[in-house]
Amino acid sequence: MQEDTRQKAAIPFWRDERILNILGQVLFVVALLFVASLIYQNMRAGLARQGISLTYGFLSGISGFDISETLFAYSRTSSYWQAYQAGLLNTLSVSIVGIIASTIFGVILGVARLSTNFLINRLAAFYLELIRNLSLLVFLIFWYLGVFLKLPRVREAVIWPGDIYLTNRGVGIPWGLPTDSYPTFRLILLVGLILAVVVFLALRSYSKRTGRAPLTTVWTLLTFIGVALAGWFILPENPLTLDIPIIEGLNMTGGKVLSPEFMALTSGLVLYTSAFIGEVVRSGILAVSKGQVEASRALGLNAFQTLRLIVFPQAMRVIIPPLTSQYLNLIKNSSLAIAVGYPDLFYISNTIQNQTGRAVEMISMVMFTYLMFSLITSAFMNWYNQRIKLVER
Amino acid sequence: MRKTFWIVSLLIAASLVFAACGGGAVSGGGETVTVVETVIVEVPAEGAVVAPSGFGVTLETVRARGNLICGVNSQVPGFGYIDADGNFSGIDVDYCRALAAAIFGDATKVEFRPVTAAERFTALQSGEIDVLSRNTTWSLVRDTELGGNFTATTFYDGQGMMVPADSGINTLQDLAGGTICVQTGTTTELNLADVMASLGVSYTPAVFEDADATFAAYAEERCDAVTTDKSGLVSRRTVLADPSAHVIMDVTMSKEPLGPMVRHGDDQWFDIAQWTVFAMIAGEEFGVTSANVDSIRSSATNPEIRRLLGLEGDMGLKLGLDNDWGYNIIKLVGNYEEVYNRSLGPDTPTYIPRGLNSLYTEGGLLYAPPVR
Repeated sequence: MQEDTRQKAAIPFWRDERILNILGQVLFVVALLFVASLIYQNMRAGLARQGISLTYGFLSGISGFDISETLFAYSRTSSYWQAYQAGLLNTLSVSIVGIIASTIFGVILGVARLSTNFLINRLAAFYLELIRNLSLLVFLIFWYLGVFLKLPRVREAVIWPGDIYLTNRGVGIPWGLPTDSYPTFRLILLVGLILAVVVFLALRSYSKRTGRAPLTTVWTLLTFIGVALAGWFILPENPLTLDIPIIEGLNMTGGKVLSPEFMALTSGLVLYTSAFIGEVVRSGILAVSKGQVEASRALGLNAFQTLRLIVFPQAMRVIIPPLTSQYLNLIKNSSLAIAVGYPDLFYISNTIQNQTGRAVEMISMVMFTYLMFSLITSAFMNWYNQRIKLVER
Repeated sequence: MRKTFWIVSLLIAASLVFAACGGGAVSGGGETVTVVETVIVEVPAEGAVVAPSGFGVTLETVRARGNLICGVNSQVPGFGYIDADGNFSGIDVDYCRALAAAIFGDATKVEFRPVTAAERFTALQSGEIDVLSRNTTWSLVRDTELGGNFTATTFYDGQGMMVPADSGINTLQDLAGGTICVQTGTTTELNLADVMASLGVSYTPAVFEDADATFAAYAEERCDAVTTDKSGLVSRRTVLADPSAHVIMDVTMSKEPLGPMVRHGDDQWFDIAQWTVFAMIAGEEFGVTSANVDSIRSSATNPEIRRLLGLEGDMGLKLGLDNDWGYNIIKLVGNYEEVYNRSLGPDTPTYIPRGLNSLYTEGGLLYAPPVR
């Protein structure tokens, strides 16, 4: 008993490693918070000396400037806050289009890189090495000044089949113009979607019950398309009319005009990110043991089936984490839009900052917004990763 | 497991204490406030010594550093431009040299810091530059919310519009449905929106970060027209591939008084920056040039000229400078006319007729208060 007490007394708390560890951490946090508050107070004092207060009230003021492309009605009488939202939506649209396109392209590249066909294999390797060693900024400026602004002038537009207009004012494509029956059609599409889900679930439970493999995907899609087509023809008036771009006055009107800024930014980001995704996919496929492929071939599955049913599901476990960081990179890299004049979140907040002089407020808003984008993306990808990762029983 | 638990809970406890500290500073009460209070007291005191703003501090900082840091443009020939040899030129640049001459008696003691339209005010607010001399339009918001003070107008300008000569566009109405290139972070961007809205003309803006990008896009015919201050159009036209293929439309969309800007709160520095402009204008009014300033100095009888050149009174000392500040400005840099002609005169590719920028005695707007 006595011995025990003596042993405890032998290690005083300032020499107890466990306590010291904790103490070190606490001291670090205290120091960090102290420095942060010092910086904050210094900034407040500095701003106050110049008669500038820190407030977000200015966001409700009238912006006074125009934005070249917005997803909702915006004019110079809209507020700074609406301008910010317009930029936010533009960043989101570039990010979503970019992520989808670069995933598709990246997977193709990754598979091509491993192809046994010498030509495909070498071409993919050349492309990957070339793109991965470029600076993205240079690449974007190349696409903007070197490709999309070099397209013909409006009056000399090149017209591709399908009424696709190529000009240096943008790429004009035919676009659907909603008519009076469009709202009804949207309801029909919703019904189609619900039906498709029902069909999907029914087929899956049938497959589990009986062990047969019906073409679930095909039937699900067919259900949706069938309902959509039925809706399109049953309605008294077609829900969308085709609006073809025409050249009128100084610019193209009608259809949908994709601006050279948008095209340059999106194609630059997609081609750049897909090279990295290609490498991620390649490493994922290589991580699947060769025995899996051999076993699958021995079962009589063909090469495509092997890839789709055996290799990819296992490769995904390796692919998802680095793929997540590529998605985050793409979202953050979209702020290079400023180099090609595309009004994204960062660009518009820069403009607001210039017109109001509210540097600290705008930077803090931008930082918070990108942080949110990143956290939401990685939360979603982590959830997906949890779902598909190897479940050991 | 247990260790992690302890660390986490201690961290949470620590952050709670600090969160309470932060709150305490506002609400008051409790022991923790003392800690925060020391922080508040300490920082401004320290900041006042380090930060280059505050009353009378800028001149000391500049003197101690041994040179003036001047925020300028680097992309507008005639105003602020880096030429092929890497030298800065233009009237905004010469103003910086004049200010250095007034302070140091040496026009070369300037460090030119190129700033974009977008970053210029932050650079001034944060003390990165001592003075902003970069075709900046004097406006109420900039005078108040941006924490700056405009000293004087060095160039009276107006916003214009440039179009390709073969475009057939003559009026702003002809631009309906067109695309207009404009630089962001400028009053230009706001004026364009205002004017087009009041005319009821719809257009698409193509907005770029700096002048080079704006005019590069215009040169590629990304847009039907490009807009900025008329002086900027004249100057940028000279660096387009074929200057004669572009015309500046006969419209003036706004008033654009351009001039140097300093930070709020340092009245002495404001006076020095302002009187440097006035000394150059007064020099032209009295016919004192860099060539004849020495002979005039030895023979002048006009009391105002004698005060300007530091022969009578203590005008320079009142500003906190040497008494021959005015002499130094004119001797080392020149009077307003010399500076103007060097960058924008008839012999330069960026020729802009004096117009409003003539002396008041010749029907212009330039007017220096009396040196007395």
